[in-house]
Amino acid sequence: MHRTGELYGQFQTLEQQKETATLGMWIFLVTEVLFFGGLFLTYTINRSTFSTAFGIGSNTLDITLGAGNTVVLIMSSLTMAMAVWSAQVGKKKLVSIFLMATLGLGTVFLGVKAVEYKQKFDHHLVPGRSFDMKYHPTHPLPGDDPKELALEKKEVAEAFAHDPDINAHGQLYFSLYFGMTGLHALHMIVGAGLLLWLIKGSFAGRFTPQYNTPVEIVGLYWHFVDIVWIFLFPLLYLIDRHR
Amino acid sequence: MSEHIVSPKIYVAIFLALLVCTTLTVWAAFQNFGKFNIVIALAIATVKAALVVLYFMHARYSPKRTQLVIVCSVFWLAIMLALTLTDYDTRAHEGRLTPANTCYRA
Repeated sequence: MHRTGELYGQFQTLEQQKETATLGMWIFLVTEVLFFGGLFLTYTINRSTFSTAFGIGSNTLDITLGAGNTVVLIMSSLTMAMAVWSAQVGKKKLVSIFLMATLGLGTVFLGVKAVEYKQKFDHHLVPGRSFDMKYHPTHPLPGDDPKELALEKKEVAEAFAHDPDINAHGQLYFSLYFGMTGLHALHMIVGAGLLLWLIKGSFAGRFTPQYNTPVEIVGLYWHFVDIVWIFLFPLLYLIDRHR
Repeated sequence: MSEHIVSPKIYVAIFLALLVCTTLTVWAAFQNFGKFNIVIALAIATVKAALVVLYFMHARYSPKRTQLVIVCSVFWLAIMLALTLTDYDTRAHEGRLTPANTCYRA
């Protein structure tokens, strides 16, 4: 294809090229909105049908880790936005620094997520044969707070009285929990790969005030993944804390 | 190029607003507002998402056709959510989710 510098032949100006790329990225993000939207819809319908089991399931999640991760992800969105700004004003070193900060924060998020998943395996809350919502209150792990454990035990007992099939319905909650957070994490992993590619480009000094489309486009993707988490956090972690 | 450059001051202000919203949503989750808990949680999440789209994703400074695409995504999402939920909400028993005996059991 005919190409002058960073300008491809079918475009007249770099600005037009950038607007086209941005528009294309937004159209991809629309499909992502509807993709995640379908999952949120499934979650909402099941949540309103099996509210007891979903409430109990939600309350087993660690709110400190969830809220902490929300802050980490918002911070990574800030560093991503700052990377775009650095490229726009031609501060090449800052582009690399902010991109690496974004990658670092994204990795922290995934690490915390791994800790949370591990906890669910330890508590027998992964859908499958060993799933049992009664397991954790009766098999405390070292380091568990006895007060919270007693509260959890009481909650689970009440829930079983209310909905005897809670172990079946609870698996619905955790299937959706792992499905939705897993897909979100997969998007984060893809984002991390894209960031590595950008960091490589930034070391080569590729991003300038004239040409910074890749930073902008990956930024759009990264912020979108942040938005998905902004909705996942209250829906998965916070729905039933007020009881 | 005539593109709009958003200043770091705005980015930091949005970041702080997002932190405030996160604190607010965690606080609100522990208060008992009855059926309004979910409404409040989703309202705060929507405000946060709007801030991210408008400023971090530059939607406010984008060309009209890009803004149209963004509005369309919300529109189609609204159709999907509204029509499916009214269907589940108003249909008689045959539309209900089947209870436990068909679920995979532990």
